[in-house]
Amino acid sequence: MTDKSLLDLSGVTKRFPGVVANDDVTFSILPGEVHALFGENGAGKSTLVKIIYGVQRPDKGEMRFDGKPYAPAKPSEARAMGIGMVFQHFSLFEALTVADNVALGMNKEAIGSNLDEQIVEVSKAYGLTLDPARYIGSLSVGERQRVEIIRCLLQKPRLLIMDEPTSVLTPQEVEILFQTLRQLSSEGCSILYISHKLEEIRELCEKATVLRGGKVVATCDPREETAKSLAEMMIGTTFKFAERQVHELGKDRLVVNNLTSVSHDPFGVDICDVSFRVRSGEIFGIGGVAGNGQVELMETLIGEITTVADSICLDGEAIGTMGPTARRERGMCSVPEERLGHGAVSDMSLWENTILSARTRKSMEKRGFLDLQIAQDFAGQVVSKFNVKTAGIDNTAKSLSGGNLQKFIVGREILQAPTVLLIMQPTWGVDAAAAADIHRTLQDMAADGAAILVISQDLEELMAISTNFAVIAEGRLSEPKPTGSQTIEEIGLLMGGVYDRLGDADEGAPA
Amino acid sequence: MIRLEPRKEMSKNLLYLTPVIAVALTIIFGGVMFLILGKNPVRAITIIFVTPLTDLFTISEIIVKATPLILIGIGLSFGFRAGVWNIGAEGQFTIGALVGGALPALYPVEGFWILPVMCLAGIIGGMAWAAIPAFLRTKFNANEILVTLMLTYVAVLLLSVLVHGPLKDPAGLNFPESRLFNESATLPILIPGTRAHVGFLIAILALIVAWMLLTRHIFGYQVKVMGQSPKAASFGGFIQNKVVWLCLMISGGLAGLAGTFEAAGPVGQLVPALPVGYGFTAIIVAFLGRLTPIGILFAGFVMALTYIGGEAAQIEMNLPSAVTGVFQGMFLFSLLGIDVLAGFRICLAGRRPAGATG
Repeated sequence: MTDKSLLDLSGVTKRFPGVVANDDVTFSILPGEVHALFGENGAGKSTLVKIIYGVQRPDKGEMRFDGKPYAPAKPSEARAMGIGMVFQHFSLFEALTVADNVALGMNKEAIGSNLDEQIVEVSKAYGLTLDPARYIGSLSVGERQRVEIIRCLLQKPRLLIMDEPTSVLTPQEVEILFQTLRQLSSEGCSILYISHKLEEIRELCEKATVLRGGKVVATCDPREETAKSLAEMMIGTTFKFAERQVHELGKDRLVVNNLTSVSHDPFGVDICDVSFRVRSGEIFGIGGVAGNGQVELMETLIGEITTVADSICLDGEAIGTMGPTARRERGMCSVPEERLGHGAVSDMSLWENTILSARTRKSMEKRGFLDLQIAQDFAGQVVSKFNVKTAGIDNTAKSLSGGNLQKFIVGREILQAPTVLLIMQPTWGVDAAAAADIHRTLQDMAADGAAILVISQDLEELMAISTNFAVIAEGRLSEPKPTGSQTIEEIGLLMGGVYDRLGDADEGAPA
Repeated sequence: MIRLEPRKEMSKNLLYLTPVIAVALTIIFGGVMFLILGKNPVRAITIIFVTPLTDLFTISEIIVKATPLILIGIGLSFGFRAGVWNIGAEGQFTIGALVGGALPALYPVEGFWILPVMCLAGIIGGMAWAAIPAFLRTKFNANEILVTLMLTYVAVLLLSVLVHGPLKDPAGLNFPESRLFNESATLPILIPGTRAHVGFLIAILALIVAWMLLTRHIFGYQVKVMGQSPKAASFGGFIQNKVVWLCLMISGGLAGLAGTFEAAGPVGQLVPALPVGYGFTAIIVAFLGRLTPIGILFAGFVMALTYIGGEAAQIEMNLPSAVTGVFQGMFLFSLLGIDVLAGFRICLAGRRPAGATG
């Protein structure tokens, strides 16, 4: 705790019923420092930044901002002190313009008369191109994030908190974001950067605080560490990354032919002429920026939306017109993107949630009647095999942390021993160790002959585990290529919607 | 300004305690109301809530009233869990009485088969009436709240038209009534000398079947998933339209059966005044009973008690007949109010209770 530090935390403790989220957390952030906060899921990162941003109050401990005691009771007090935060999930109104949205999130006093000019000025100064008159609904996810950032920048923050900002960005957008953050830091604004992506932290941050079980377990300079050593600090044990495995690919299991589907949601994306195949032993990765048809593609593949019979074939059988239960019966299981409310029912217990998708393959249902014992036993298996942290299978799905629920849902599907597994964002929100476990399990399944389709926004993940790879943009799929045969720039262009024109010198560059 | 903040987890005990608190609050507010009206509140509450329970005849009358309430309430509970809001059970009840009672009203034949046929016809009648909103919702996305409610008025008028015309008793001096049902078309009595009929046993049977469906059957599971999260339901492979149809058929069918029981039991004929609001009161029964079979059993009795107690209060204390409706309304109001308080905590804006975990 030096005199010159911008924000000091000492002994910050926050308890929730049954769990200590933050236990005696002490660290400081220097002016102009890009400071990483990382740790396993449930390590207490979110609670800690919520305390700093005034969303929650600590039970014990004190904070000092600029040397003075600091105890914000609500976010507007934090903002008044010069602390801005960009949340992982944006709070923007689609039907309003950029300028309206910016105004809505600011303290009244901070809004001048010429907001539009200010927005243009700031966006130019930091290389974040943005037109204040555009409607949010017409912006890409990356542009929406800029709105949030600009909203913070207009208030001339001295500390900017970024919560997992890159999960929704293309590599090019990430690069722009990093430039902005570096510029801010050089101007003296401190940045508290929360991420689980170790490479990013090594590239961007000059100091890192590692949380484990609510406690600070290490402080380091990430630039001098390797991704492996960082991961080990985080989980406290030695650690093995999943490595891409090479083995023989077998017969076609999942074949998608010219799949076209018009979205029933007015803000949805139409799937346009998508074709690919996933063979036995293959992990096929589909990358892309969020909101480019991944959800719609997934719904069609799961069977929630049915389509033309032979546009989806499973082991040679046309299944396009079948619903999810019939597809599961034939060996296809799936993990949708949204965990609560789609993959699981929030208010139902864990064992009740196994009935949702495992009743057919685990014969929990006999002539309409449910065998609750099988469901409970199966839930117990999932919890123990996938190391789900919960007090018991009677607890509701919503009582689990995001990462634990993800482990539960992934486990529920994997333990049904599917021959084809569709999985979206397999490691979203889970810690590095659990992510590596999930990756290895997927690889083992593939090695045993299953066909696996992974749809993810995490390129690192797809590059690490997939055999073949394609990019979805605006509902169209790029030509599948062996993973590693494309440069990251090429993939970035595909994610931006430039299809298969990369070889063409005249049209290759993005407009 | 006052603000509501969601509580983290609503305790199970609280969930089952709230109906009891609601009943207690209703009694307290009812007492205050009687005080304002210048009546002795203790005496009034005693007459409404206690005295009816001390006499075999009034208990049998409570059973008579509780039978349709339980039957309809249990049917509605499926839809209410799944987010299918059939509030027109009154109409399905009326059509059930009409279709089920048409046979003995037109042809006074004898035979052991008459009652089963009447019950079946009543169920089909109620289902057919509920099929209209089911079709309109699944086909055209029409709001079933509006359709079921409006069809209630159609049903009541239809009964009236037919009783004034084709179903009128030829020997009835032109009164708008059907002939009295003969022995074969009248429900056997449970307790001799009272009007409590075997329909009550059927209602209990319906409760048991409903409990089985809700806890052990895939249909009950579908209904729960659909109500809590339609997206999870489609992930689970449940078809929404199928659940909408099934829920409306169950609630319509049971309401129709209750209607037939009413005609073939306490009323004994078809009259324009047959629908007396059981279909609406059953909505309160379903919610007061927390949409669970055992809760609906108790709630059905509590509501039936307000009918009988209300009548007693009219006779003995010269209170207006509206007293029953007032009590039923207060039940629902206090239940909903307490539910809000159980699920949310009240905060004064700008201030947070210390140690809030919200």
